[in-house]
Amino acid sequence: MTKIELTRNTSIKNALISRYPQLAVFVVMLMGYIFAILAGLVGTPVGSHNFSIVFVWIAWWAILILVAVPFFGRGWCAVCPIPLPGEWLQRGAVLNPPDKKPKWFNLRWPKALRNIWLQNISFLLLALFSSVLLTTPNITGIVLAGMLFAAIGLSTVFERRAFCRYLCPVGGFIGLYSQTAPIELRIKDKRVCATCEGKPCYNGSTNGYGCPWDVFPGGLTKNTYCGLCMECLRTCPHDNIAVNMRPFSADLAKPSTRMDEAFKAFIMLGSAMIYAGVLLGPWGVLKDAAYNVGTSTWFIYAAVFLSTIFLVMPSFFALCVTRFENLNIFKKRFAMLSSALIPLGLMFWVAFSLSFVLTNASYILASLSDPLGLGWNLFGTAQTTWQPMLTSILAPGQTLALVGGLIWSSRTAQKAANEAKVSAIPVIGYCLIVTAVMLWLLL
Amino acid sequence: MAGLAVAFAPLPVQPIRPQERTFQIEARQFAYSPSELNVNPGDTITIRLISTDVVHGLYVDGYDVSVEADPGQTATLTFTATKPGSFRFRCNITCGAMHPFMIGKLTVGANDWLFRSAGLAMVAVLGIVILVKRS
Repeated sequence: MTKIELTRNTSIKNALISRYPQLAVFVVMLMGYIFAILAGLVGTPVGSHNFSIVFVWIAWWAILILVAVPFFGRGWCAVCPIPLPGEWLQRGAVLNPPDKKPKWFNLRWPKALRNIWLQNISFLLLALFSSVLLTTPNITGIVLAGMLFAAIGLSTVFERRAFCRYLCPVGGFIGLYSQTAPIELRIKDKRVCATCEGKPCYNGSTNGYGCPWDVFPGGLTKNTYCGLCMECLRTCPHDNIAVNMRPFSADLAKPSTRMDEAFKAFIMLGSAMIYAGVLLGPWGVLKDAAYNVGTSTWFIYAAVFLSTIFLVMPSFFALCVTRFENLNIFKKRFAMLSSALIPLGLMFWVAFSLSFVLTNASYILASLSDPLGLGWNLFGTAQTTWQPMLTSILAPGQTLALVGGLIWSSRTAQKAANEAKVSAIPVIGYCLIVTAVMLWLLL
Repeated sequence: MAGLAVAFAPLPVQPIRPQERTFQIEARQFAYSPSELNVNPGDTITIRLISTDVVHGLYVDGYDVSVEADPGQTATLTFTATKPGSFRFRCNITCGAMHPFMIGKLTVGANDWLFRSAGLAMVAVLGIVILVKRS
């Protein structure tokens, strides 16, 4: 399948260039986000009856992991409300760029931190407390508010969207998995960018802002750091930016050699497996350990969680890198081969989320009518009783996701192994073993 | 073809005489004890649910049957395990923060779906390895 340029269609292109459709979605999302914070802080402490828990961790999560990430990559980032207030403050404008320069510090992000290690850490921090976060409305409210204020704070100190690019715990894994999505933003002709004066896509112009994600579109080769904000589509004076449909996982044909991205793959794969065991498994002792934050059993849980992700899984994977010449080449091969874990990790999350979401989706209707758990009945659905949905398709759906992910990862391993000049078979074997464990945990 | 065979081919079933099985399950925030039950297809299952702290329920996925127990009280649920496979049972009365994750597991007969899925994964990988070797 070749690429199909969606922006060739004038209606699509105009809709993407115009700021108003995006602003309308942004405003709705921001209102929903602020309401989720308020609901978390002042609504009922019963998670399954509170808008913040039900709409963030069931509804939003389902849309994100089952639809947005697999099919639109960073599509969520294009409408995410978290950076908005900070960005408006930073720019001193809501829509079109004003003539004046930003009035805040506008510093460059420190060079040593221009990677996704901070995102890895921020995700793990949330992951370690996830049993509390996913179930306790006021903790969810505090975390959502914290993310909003962190984004505002960073926007006043650093240029562009420093929070999204370097700190957001969600953005890190969306970026990783966006490489598999069948949609991309790319330039049409490199030569046009090479001769373009002023590079307005990066530096901004009267038509739009310089790339908020600190990416020069002329050098884009993968989706990881492109937030699909469409600023470059607005600023390019040569009509050289295109939004394309493409085959799934096209970016993984040229695997990354970065260790921060490699470890992101392990963090996501390992977390999905641990969550499947702790949250969906029948073992009460694991649930107690994960929930009772600060106790000795929680510290053991945290230690096992971190060592599984940073030691056990990478160490076994390192055995797949069958040739050791020197450390740099080994690290490069390790990182390249770990790209095979990206489709598998995404499918692990799909399989995990299917179970969680189908079981708890009926809370959405009740919460819609009574979002704060105060006895309201706005749409007549407050009394909707809890009932798992579509349980008969759950196991086949999970098998399809996991075995499909295994096949997808094995094909990716083949390409990565060709690039790394090693055999793909050990990596495929690794993928098979972790898939078997995940099948056992979920089925 | 091999994948289809692994996924759908009928497996030999050893006929086992149905029995009456009674399980006493203690429910507390947020766990059941015992949390894993194994029975044979056709068995009549009686679950005596004892709640040791707050009100808890027990709902069996796939069977759509449930029971509720007040604190310190015992409630009884009886049903026949007509469907083979692995099913989660879970609390259906909001009982606290971790309520959505208060889960147990009922296995009726062998967990065929797990074995078939693992077999499917093996067949898929074998096919890809053969392709890798040929390329």
